Amino acid sequence: MSEWWWVLLALLVWPGLVGGTLLGWLFFWVHRKLMAVAQGRKGPPFYQPFFDFVKLLGKRVLVPSGINRALFCALPLVSVAAVVCALALIPAPGNRMPSFRGDLILLLYLLEVPALCGILAGYVSRSLYGEVGAARETILLLGYNLPLLAAVIALGVHVRSFRLESLAAAPLSPVHAAAALAFVLAVPARLKRNPFSIPNAEQEIVSGSLTDYSGVLLALFELAHSLELVALVGFFTILFVPPAAGPVAAVGLYLCGSMVLVVLIAAVAAATARLRVDQAFRFYWRWGALAGLAALGLAAVG
Amino acid sequence: MIRLFEWLLAGCRMRSPWIYCANSGSCNGCDIEIAACLTPRYDAEQIGALRQGSPKHADILLVTGPLTLRMRAPLCEIYAQVPGPKAVVAVGSCPASGNVFAGSPTVVGALAQVIPVDIYVPGCPPRPQAIIQGCIQAARLLATGMTADQRAEGNGRE
Repeated sequence: MSEWWWVLLALLVWPGLVGGTLLGWLFFWVHRKLMAVAQGRKGPPFYQPFFDFVKLLGKRVLVPSGINRALFCALPLVSVAAVVCALALIPAPGNRMPSFRGDLILLLYLLEVPALCGILAGYVSRSLYGEVGAARETILLLGYNLPLLAAVIALGVHVRSFRLESLAAAPLSPVHAAAALAFVLAVPARLKRNPFSIPNAEQEIVSGSLTDYSGVLLALFELAHSLELVALVGFFTILFVPPAAGPVAAVGLYLCGSMVLVVLIAAVAAATARLRVDQAFRFYWRWGALAGLAALGLAAVG
Repeated sequence: MIRLFEWLLAGCRMRSPWIYCANSGSCNGCDIEIAACLTPRYDAEQIGALRQGSPKHADILLVTGPLTLRMRAPLCEIYAQVPGPKAVVAVGSCPASGNVFAGSPTVVGALAQVIPVDIYVPGCPPRPQAIIQGCIQAARLLATGMTADQRAEGNGRE
């Protein structure tokens, strides 16, 4: 019985819905602030992501006519639910949810759901810009998943387990270095940040697959996006930062590791311009594939 | 509880005005000044303003230009696509009166004949500070429920 309480706690409080949302808003503010500072601006105030979210809750929802209404409204909900489940699986410090065999694979699947929902949202809204955004996202998905999956599979082979707990507890090795490189290469495209902000390319194709979303539904998609950021950087920290001894040190290390990756993403986004989709794809199938192959090779040898 | 949420919502509307710019036959002078609002010097993101590409994400509709006959129907459509509560800010002298184009057979003239306008920012073109102040005032109207759209819906306070 008590086990189910821990599952519920992990889903709803930490590292799931409430904790993930607060952390996601913090990370998003850090991202926007760093972008502003890099451009010589002052940037938004600390509470800005919260203001944006609550304001969107109070807006009217417009649903285009002649589309599948139920699917249109369900997609943002599904993507938020999937990322919350993914967050609950991450063995962050303080997460007492029991780890089970193959939870790594489940996590990878759940992390893929928001991207698929985004693609579907683009097609279901039947907006021209949405369709272009969705097509670009599909192509990019085939690109960045190569290094991402190669990195995770290499670690799994190295540790000989697909349990997140044993991966988190594994001591660092050369495999980790190569896999971390491949993982970091994939992250900006996963989060649609520059130079891979191709699917949502603001002002160029309006805002990609979210063009026709408004009000609560848009707020939920934005929430899913910030939760995704938390889940990805948390996943990175769990995989590549060795666990600390005390509980306070563990939480501190988890947050610091996540923050370092957030700052890195923001720095790259501020320093680069948007690539074309074919350039991005070539990048991932050349350099991303090389990094992934290096990780896999090291894992096979070692 | 509902009171608390309404109070929170008003504060958030005040601090998060997302902007959609519609050019209805402007000479581009005002549009350049709007672009200047987003640059480091004037940095409208400090007040939470973001320029959105889709009218469905916007709270404030910035209109420039003397409203040509050709832009009349598209502008009405854009206005309808902005989900309520929404505010309209007329930037420059053209949407206020038609400016030097008033009386031309190709322009409608004042914007208020077509959609309700909440805030006028005069000038030809207005300075970026004035445009930002117009946005802040429009956000304040949104927060207090006093925009033309909110009063027409009947859910604003009189």
